[in-house]
Parts: sequence; structure tokens; C-alpha cells
Amino acid sequence: MMRRFTALVFAFLFFAGSTFAQNVSAPAKAKASTPEIPFDSVPDFFKLPAGLYLGEGTGIATNSKGHVFVYVRSGETRLFEFDQAGAFVKEFGVGSYGFAFAHAVRVDKDDNIWAVDEGTNVIQKFSPDGKLLMVLGKRPDPLEQLALTPGGGQYAGTNRPYTFHRQTDVGFDPQGNIFVSDGYGDSRVVKYDKNGRFIKSAGTRGNGPLQFSTPHAISVDAKGMVYVADRGNSRIVVLDNDLNQKAVYDSVGAPWAVCISAGPHQYLYSSNSFPTGNNFDQAAMTGEIYKMELDGTVLGRFGKAGHAFKEFSSVHQMDCRNPNEIYVSEITAWRAQKIILRPQGTSSAARQ
Amino acid sequence: MNRTILPAIAAMAAAIGGSLFAQSVPEISYDANADVISLPSYGEVAGVATNSRGHVFVYARTGHAVATLGDERTFYHGGSRLFQFDATGKFVKEIGQGVYAVNFAQQVRVDPQDNIWIVDAGSNQVVKFDADGRFRLVLGRKPENIPMRPGPGVSATAADAAFLAARGGAPATGPGGGGGGRGGTATPGAGINGDGFNRPSDVTWDRAGNIYVADGFGTNSRIAKFNKDGDFLKTWGHTGSGQGQFSQIRGIASDAAGNIYVADAGNKRIQIFDSEGTFKSQIGNIGTPQAICISGGSPQFLYSSNSNDSESMDNGEIYKLQLSGQVVGRFGKAGKLPREFGMVNAIDCRTENDLWVGEVWNWRAQKVTLKR
Repeated sequence: MMRRFTALVFAFLFFAGSTFAQNVSAPAKAKASTPEIPFDSVPDFFKLPAGLYLGEGTGIATNSKGHVFVYVRSGETRLFEFDQAGAFVKEFGVGSYGFAFAHAVRVDKDDNIWAVDEGTNVIQKFSPDGKLLMVLGKRPDPLEQLALTPGGGQYAGTNRPYTFHRQTDVGFDPQGNIFVSDGYGDSRVVKYDKNGRFIKSAGTRGNGPLQFSTPHAISVDAKGMVYVADRGNSRIVVLDNDLNQKAVYDSVGAPWAVCISAGPHQYLYSSNSFPTGNNFDQAAMTGEIYKMELDGTVLGRFGKAGHAFKEFSSVHQMDCRNPNEIYVSEITAWRAQKIILRPQGTSSAARQ
Repeated sequence: MNRTILPAIAAMAAAIGGSLFAQSVPEISYDANADVISLPSYGEVAGVATNSRGHVFVYARTGHAVATLGDERTFYHGGSRLFQFDATGKFVKEIGQGVYAVNFAQQVRVDPQDNIWIVDAGSNQVVKFDADGRFRLVLGRKPENIPMRPGPGVSATAADAAFLAARGGAPATGPGGGGGGRGGTATPGAGINGDGFNRPSDVTWDRAGNIYVADGFGTNSRIAKFNKDGDFLKTWGHTGSGQGQFSQIRGIASDAAGNIYVADAGNKRIQIFDSEGTFKSQIGNIGTPQAICISGGSPQFLYSSNSNDSESMDNGEIYKLQLSGQVVGRFGKAGKLPREFGMVNAIDCRTENDLWVGEVWNWRAQKVTLKR
């Protein structure tokens, strides 16, 4: 009797906990006061060869030629390249040891492609033609994993120099230094030089200064400032190049994805994504993407949560090389979209 | 006065001695090419070896081990692959696709008859293929079952546990992987009189074709000897730091006289035995031997890698020694660039100056040419 009662209590607590976890979203502070930016989505932009399917769209990025790289959790985790017209080009790293659970993909200034895999704790750097150039992190030996518990993403705070714990994203400064947001298991930012040599790391778990709760994405601007999407704390934390905290932007909801556009005037985009718990109670207060100045001034927003075309279903990564041409990858819709922004006050004639 | 001077002198002497030793090891200039071979699927290169025609064999941890849920047990397969390349680096074929043993690549070696031997620390097996890739012999047995993990919320990863333990935090979890070392003995690490391996790391042969298995870096710390047909002959060694005792055996090699060289990594030394397991001598001052190789030709040379670990770019140099233990020189350092070495786990040295180096960290095999 006692045993059964305990089990019931435990089950109730577990259920209550998961319910609570899905009800934490609140409307972003800036939402009501922010103008909407009109936009279109390009229908069926990505042309997949017969027999090839996307899965959860966790990563998307473009290179200097406009080719689009899509990193998905399909039957296996796979990395695809499409050209600027959406035609399929090739697949990267077929069968790689570093592909188990896709998280993010980025393209550096030399058009190398970086795949961040949070299933293997590995970041792979590929040349444009698909050759493996560098590996960061180390996949835990399966031998050791066999006898252990699931990762589960608990914070361990081990802060190791050369291995990650479910890291989430990678960014680069103009000098080629590498910044890794790490991640679900650790709560920190790690900096390496361009040759992969450890420089420093900063951050612990929490919601105070230089603390993070699931740092989920990272981007670096042309001055080398580092923008960390501190998703669990619903804020973007801005660090200088030496990882000292400089600013906090907390008005744009929970940043699932951040990106910074190229060009002389850079913009910061942040997605307050519809959570993957698929609780549609949260659809009304999530799903929109914000456009900001680098100083945090909110310029506008676009989109809303939903499965339909032009809606956003758990945006997990964005590419905004061109500030008015945004690629988004979505987890719960198994797709990627190309979005054309039409900012107010800018006629289409003027843009051409 | 004396009290301050003496330690100072001692420290100075130690410093001079240390630097003298470092200076007395000449740097060997070398070329390295990371682009000779390209893996059909990327992964950690645990083993690399060449045959008499210059073909290159790479045993890599690539793809994924797959667990199959059974009625009361969990089975697993896959996780590693064995690739063959020709002397120009062109991919020839894969060997052992879907073989029961290929779970966690640890080493590949080619014997004098060009048979290809893989050592797998996941299945605890050593498998011999002939020169054409046909199966010939298996030593050891794969555990029938892998232990199921306990429920969520217990601990993070093994790496976390080990790291915290190293910093004086939570105790490290013991080696997992299940199986092996079955039917324990009174002496820790002595293993059984047979081929019950636990994370075997390497294999070598003497001129008569007898087989010596380094067993290993799990719960066994011993060398197991078999005749050429695979029948058990004898075992020697157990866990410890004395002569004939081992801690974390990472490699094994034999010279033309039939002496057996054991990379006793945990004790930072290479121990040398005759073919019956009688201790002859040991070599220190070369860091932690993570991979060793003895060259062909005459005279023969011994190579040993003081590889970096997964949390540093320290060390990484490879030593060239005479079989007496006299250091001839050293080359390389840890890193991720071409010519640098990342967690070297294998050295092939068919001839004195033409080496292959397999790197776990950098997922590649480099062809290394030493210059005189």
C-alpha cells in the first residue's frame, strides 16, 4: 500500500513538473509596442531529390555564393547543401562519427561549413567541397556510455577545455577565433583560436551576471562582440571578445536562435520560437522573430507560431547574411523556409 | 643557511638535469601528409597499418553502434569500420562489413604474411582476416548482453565523472563496457587462462607465428600468448607497478629476436620481455607510451608516442629509440593542424623513416616521412 502510494505521488510530481515546464512562456516585453514587418515566404524553395526527406530542421546557413546548408535530424542526422535557387547539390560527411543529433550549422568567412552536433559533443569543420578540416570536442567513448545513464542534459559544470557537453552553436570573430556555446550540459562560452587551441571559457549555470541557462545559440559581430542566446533566462547576453559581460537584452522573449547580418550596418535577429513541447497554449505568445540594432534597440518583428506556410513552427536556427532574406529551419514542421522581408519605408523599386 | 641552500641546489640540479635531458633529445625533422587517404566515412582513427605492398588499412570508429532491445537483454552491433587503401591512397574496399566484432575500434596490425588483424575494445575480440579480407580466426568473445542504464537523473557522462574525480570531486565510475575478464582470479588483472579479454588494445607475433595480445586497459593487466592456431599457451602479468606488472596496457610490439615490448602507459614505461614472459628490462623517460611500433629492416628501431590526452594540447611528441632504449630523437607535437598530432593511438613503421600515424582526436591518418 505504502509503496503504491509513493509511486503515485512520484508520478503526480513528474506530471506536474512537466506541465509546469510547458507553461513558462510569457509574451515578450517588446511585442505590443513593436511594428510588424511585412514579409513573404518562397513556396517550395528547397527541391529535394526523390527519396530524400528532411527531418527536424535544426540548422541552416548560407555561404558567400548564396548556397544554403541545411542540417537536419532525419532518420540519421544529415547535412545537405542546396544552391541559391534551392536545387540539391550534395551531402556532407555521410556516415560520420560526428553526426548523431544535429543542432546548428554555420559558415565562416572562408565558406567553410561548421556542423555542431549535440549528440556526439563534436563540432566538425568541412571545406566547401566536403573535406573534413578540423574536429572540436570528442565524442564520449561508447564503451563508457554503455554502463551509464542517459545524458538528459543535467548541468555538470565540468568546464573542460577540449570537450563539450551537448554544445549548441559556434561563431567566429573577424580574426577567426572560434566561440562555442556549451550548452545543455555545461553553461558557458568557450573561446579557441583559429587553430582550435583553447584560450578561455566563461560562464556557469544560473541567471546572474555571466551565467546562463541553456545558452542555445551564439553569434559574433564585426567588432568581435559575442551575442549569446541565453534561452532559459529569456535574454541575450552580450560579451566582449575576452568574454566579459557587457550588456543584456531581455525584451524579445526566449532566444532560440540568433543571427547577425553581414555588411556595414549589421542587424541582430532573435527568434522567440514556439517551444517544441507542442503545447498550443503557447502559440499565442511565441513564434515571432525580432529584428534589432546591435545595441538592442528593437526595430520590428515578423511571423507567428503555426504549422502553415509563412508561420513558424519552432524555429531552431536562422541565417541572415542578407538582412532582408532570412532562412529559417524549423523543428516541429520538418522544414526550412526562405523568408523575404519587405521593411516599411523601403519600396521594392528602391531595393532593386 | 644550509637549509635554504640545499633545496635550492637540489632544485637547480633537477632543473638542469631536466633541461639537459630535453636538450639531449635531438629533434628529427619530418614531413607529414594528412591528405594521402580520405576516409569513406569520417571518424576517430584508432588503428593504421600497412602490408608488404604498401596498402594501408585503417580501423576507425565511425558510424554508430546500434543497440537492439531483446526480450531480457540488449544486443549491439556496428560502430566501427575497417578500410583498405592502395599505396597511392586510393580507396580499395571495406573489410568486415557487419562483422559481429566491429564495435569500438582499438587497433589494426598486419602480420608478416599480410594477414590483417583488428583489435576491438567494445566486443573484446581480436579478429584475423587474410590478405584478401576473408575471415580466418577470432580470439575472445563478445559479451552477450550490454547492461541497461539505470533511470534518468543519476549522473551525466563518464567523461564528466572522470574529470571531476581527477579534480578531487565525485569518484570516477569504474570501467563500463561489461563482460570480459570473466571468472575472476585471486590476483587483480591477471585474467583467466584463456581469451577472456577486457578492452584489449593491441596484438603482435613472434617468428614462429605465436600470437601475443595486449589485454588491456580494462580490468585485465596482462599479456596473453596463443599459438598460431589460436590455442592458449600462457598469460603473464597483473595489475601493479613492479616488474612484470602493468597499468593500462596501450600497445605491444615484437622484435626480430622474439622479444616482446609492452607499452605500460599507466606506469609511463615500456617493459621488455622474452617470448616466455620473463622480464628483461624497461624504458622510461619517454612520457606515456600510448602507441608503439618496431620497424622492419636492420637495425630495428622502436617508436613510442607520448600522446596528448583529450583535455590538453600538451606533449604529443613521438620518440625514436634503439631497441636498447637509447633515445635517438623525437618529432612532432600535439595540435590540430597538419603535421601536428592529436591523441595518436597507432604507429605503423614498416621501414625506419616511413611511418603512418593514426589520430583519435583529428580523425585522420598521416603519412610521416622522417628526414635524416
